[in-house]
Amino acid sequence: MIDKGKRVFQYVFLSIVSLISVFPLYWMLSAATNKSVDVISGKLIPGMALLANWKGLLASQNVTGAMMNSFKYAIILTLISLLICSLAGYGFEIFHDRGKDIVMSVILLAMMVPFAATMIPLFQMFSKAGFLNSTIGFVLPFISTPFLIMLFRQSARAFPHDIIEAARIDGLGEFQIFYRMFMPTMRSTYAAAMTITFMNAWNNYLWPKVIMTDNESLTMPMLIANLKQGYVTDYGVLMLGVLLCTIPTVIIFFILQRSFAEGITGAVK
Amino acid sequence: MSHPKKNITLQKKQNLFGWAVLMPAVFLIAAMSFYPMIKALILSFETGIGAKMRFAGFLNYTRMFEDKIFLQALMNNFIYLIIQVPIMLIMGLILASMLNDKNLKFRGLFRTAIFLPCATSLVSYAIIFRSLFSVDGFINLLLVKLGILSSGYNFLANPISARAVIIIALLWRWTGYNMVFYLAGLQNIEYSIYEAAKIDGASPFQSFWQITVPLLRPTILLTAIMSTNGTLQLFDESWNLTNGGPANATITMSHYIYNLSFKYVPNFGYAAAMAYLILILVAVLAFVQMKVGDKRD
Repeated sequence: MIDKGKRVFQYVFLSIVSLISVFPLYWMLSAATNKSVDVISGKLIPGMALLANWKGLLASQNVTGAMMNSFKYAIILTLISLLICSLAGYGFEIFHDRGKDIVMSVILLAMMVPFAATMIPLFQMFSKAGFLNSTIGFVLPFISTPFLIMLFRQSARAFPHDIIEAARIDGLGEFQIFYRMFMPTMRSTYAAAMTITFMNAWNNYLWPKVIMTDNESLTMPMLIANLKQGYVTDYGVLMLGVLLCTIPTVIIFFILQRSFAEGITGAVK
Repeated sequence: MSHPKKNITLQKKQNLFGWAVLMPAVFLIAAMSFYPMIKALILSFETGIGAKMRFAGFLNYTRMFEDKIFLQALMNNFIYLIIQVPIMLIMGLILASMLNDKNLKFRGLFRTAIFLPCATSLVSYAIIFRSLFSVDGFINLLLVKLGILSSGYNFLANPISARAVIIIALLWRWTGYNMVFYLAGLQNIEYSIYEAAKIDGASPFQSFWQITVPLLRPTILLTAIMSTNGTLQLFDESWNLTNGGPANATITMSHYIYNLSFKYVPNFGYAAAMAYLILILVAVLAFVQMKVGDKRD
């Protein structure tokens, strides 16, 4: 009997937490399809005003431009970052010796560095180099992160040494071993790394706010943050902007959720 | 081992390959983290505008502690840290240990729902929460309908309720994230331990404190350090949810540093000194947490 009561409590508790977790997103979704007046009156059912909101959004903002920018920056950063960091993690683990272990522990110190501390010098360096308003300016500070290097180093630990030896005997070069054997086996780690990197890149707000000074280079988070600066808030238009900014990361999230959890499990071990 | 010489060169070659593949990443971290850090340190001892910087000694550092806005920002970061992080970590742990129950139905559904807020961008959720808690927002509507309030309350205009909204928003966004780390950590604990504890008559509360928490200690330490680090660097929420207001009551240190560098007349030296204080705080707190978390009893 007591067990049954506990069970019920567990389900009720989890249901409430789940509801709270999902509600703000549902509210955003329904607001994006309703007129502002209906949103304020508390309407929670999706409406028919999606097209009108879309027109309102397009009239005031360059949404397609910002979308393209965000995708461009995030995809380029993710591809380069995964390559550079997985190579480094592989190098640190498979060929590890005292020298490399020392370098690794120095690199881990960079995890402690708050972005606020490097932001101003980076801005000065990048404006001198002409990197403002450019993809390279967005990407460069975030390609190599201690977290990703550590993630790949940790997963390389599970990569059997026998396979490497066998491949060497078969005459495969070191680089071939990396991309023909290591990369395919570490698919779930790559998926986790991709989720994290893409989301961080897409969501990054402070850095683009610092270096993207002209309107052509705006990202989606910057665009929706600008939307609030009116006298009267049009909730329909605002939430449609927020929705558009959220869709790509939610899609990535659903596709990669499982492998993300697996990749993290590997890292936590 | 008939060709020891050949073996040595082969090993050397492999060792070199190792260095070659890790070099790009190491170089980038040196150039994009360590070098700017040193530049910021130098900058923090200088004062002036643009290229005309001159040495100022500890002026920036002493000035900070007479700056009311800075002290407010420092306090706000600590309020968020002390209230939000413990609640979030404990909630994450409770949810993870509930979801680790193999007999629970709809586990996947619950997990996905609770993890879902992590898929929203920081700016997005800040705007959603600002809208939900605005005077004509849904929360006010609900409270009025339930008879708790007689008319809409401006949550974001009162320092205490504005901070509470930021904390609620942070809890919403990050609890699921930490939960996933704990769920991952729980995979390494044999489920039979829990079954054995149950047979021995341990309550769920007891097995939570006696089994889950001690065995997850490394993961808890990791999440505590990550959350502390993140909380001390809050920017998007302060900017987009409350805009630091009312009257800087909710402003965070990063927000103030941004204002000093890019909104007001640029004062890079002073801003760099503040950024250095964050760095020191992050390092000290991480060190303390490691000392406390690593204790074996």
